[in-house]
Amino acid sequence: MSRLIFRKVLALLFSLFFVSSLTFLLMQAVPGTPFLEEQGVPEEVLQSMYHHYGLDQPWYVQYGKYIKGLITFDLGPSMRYEGITVAKVIKEGFPISCFIGIEALCIALLMGISLGTLAAIRKGKWQDHVCMLIAVVGISTPSFVMATVLQFFLAMKWEIFPVARWGSFAHSLLPALSLAALPAAFIARLIRANMVEELEQDYVQTARSKGVTERDVIFKHVLKNSMLPVITYLGPLTSSILTGSFVIEKIFGIPGLGRWLVKSITNRDYTLIMGLTVFYSSVLLITVFSIDLLYVWIDPRIRTNPRREQ
Amino acid sequence: MKEQSTALNPALHPEGSVKQSYSYWKQACGHFKHNKSVLFALCFLFVLLLGAILIPCFSERTYYDMHLYLKNSPPGRMFWLGSDELGRDIFTRIWWGARISLFVGISAAVIDMIIGVFYGGLGGMIGGRVEELMMRVSDVLYSLPHLLIVILLMVSMKPGIAAIIASLTITGWVNMARIVRGQILQIKQSDFVMAAHLLGASKWRILTRHLLANSIGSIITTMTFTIPTAIFSEAFLSFLGLGVQAPMASWGTMASDGLPALRYYPWRLFFPACFITLTILAFNLVGNGLRDAFDPRLRK
Repeated sequence: MSRLIFRKVLALLFSLFFVSSLTFLLMQAVPGTPFLEEQGVPEEVLQSMYHHYGLDQPWYVQYGKYIKGLITFDLGPSMRYEGITVAKVIKEGFPISCFIGIEALCIALLMGISLGTLAAIRKGKWQDHVCMLIAVVGISTPSFVMATVLQFFLAMKWEIFPVARWGSFAHSLLPALSLAALPAAFIARLIRANMVEELEQDYVQTARSKGVTERDVIFKHVLKNSMLPVITYLGPLTSSILTGSFVIEKIFGIPGLGRWLVKSITNRDYTLIMGLTVFYSSVLLITVFSIDLLYVWIDPRIRTNPRREQ
Repeated sequence: MKEQSTALNPALHPEGSVKQSYSYWKQACGHFKHNKSVLFALCFLFVLLLGAILIPCFSERTYYDMHLYLKNSPPGRMFWLGSDELGRDIFTRIWWGARISLFVGISAAVIDMIIGVFYGGLGGMIGGRVEELMMRVSDVLYSLPHLLIVILLMVSMKPGIAAIIASLTITGWVNMARIVRGQILQIKQSDFVMAAHLLGASKWRILTRHLLANSIGSIITTMTFTIPTAIFSEAFLSFLGLGVQAPMASWGTMASDGLPALRYYPWRLFFPACFITLTILAFNLVGNGLRDAFDPRLRK
């Protein structure tokens, strides 16, 4: 058990190191310099700007400084906005993005589990077909399409929700819903497939013949066992919500991290791109790591026999 | 060699395996054909492909023709699906966009397949420590956040279709390699592989004729699912402003351009968005159909 955790921690550290080095490497490979577009700037000013950002030093010095900065969470200043550091952007933007993300996660789980359960217990009936149709359409709809459709109808035409901006809980509902749609559809299919399989197990028959009510069979036994694979999906789910937030925050004008990333891409604000990507990757890798641990803790089959996870 | 292939070729066996082996593809085909939604999706994709090839060739309009006095016109007789902020015909632009989307999707899937099968197959053939190492590498790559790396790659490359395909395949092949490897590990255990091995078949022959040949179902299914993922990623990147360059337009860029005008000229966003969704949906349906057809365990 402890060996398993040790191995996972090592893998996590390696991935973190790998992804931050890759980011550094890719940013070094960008053709030209970040200040290429600034026209009519005298040579001395350019030189002092290079010096200010440490760009006049050899790459290994820059790399060392970069890694040291990552460890101390000093990700450097933004190259486009005066007086704004990457750390500050993260500090202000992350809580907002995190709030919407967690809300989306809850909606996705709730919707996915209910749709999937309904489909599984009504397998082959019209409820099943409707749920699975919703699911396959949901899986095929990119979040920005979902977001714009919801925004157009629910906010602009029928004016149920605020169109954009950030402020109250109502502002967060539409973005969260559009982020949740795709994972919800995925979870629904996952739950249905697992439940259909679980329902054929012997223990279900035992429970039924003992006289356990159908509701208890479904919710206390079958659903619980069908949830396990959903936990493994939590990693890709987080990733989907995270990357989805880039476009969602752009569409709804939310001042979260995703919006900053999009802005930094359009502005070619390299330090910001770099810092945000590394931050995002770390969040994602750490989430996946925690989910792995959670899974080991929940499923005794892995705990007692580590080989099974392979 | 001849005897060996006779012994291993199930079609020459008098009974038992003949039926099973012969009917695998036939069963798969039959199952596939009876799936109505799959047929519908295939028809849609066929029309889309045909339109993407033909309409830009024969249309009098191009994706860059501007009618500045007819900006933002709603769908009508002049512009079937309306026009955008520079008076460009959305209908024509959608078919040009279809070319880009389909091209990106299909080439990403094919390149992923080639690299993935090569990597997974090579690992499966060599085995031992090297395979272990190769799979560790792919595990690490698999755990990385793909879309973020694609974004980074796009930022550091010269924008264009080639950059999109390159960055999608750099991150995408790992999935295929893992699936091929999983299949090979599973099939390697089978008796017929052991039999072939005992009969003196070379590693290469076992790999190509037995291991990969029996993984084709999974490979095709995975490829079919790669296409919509690539199309989605392209649209996503274009939506973020990292896609093809103006005046070229993919569905993602058209949707992105239409976003600020959503309230008053919704058609500028809705038609490209609609095409993205329908195309991804169609590929997903075909992929589901293929998976069900190739994997009898899933036929429930």
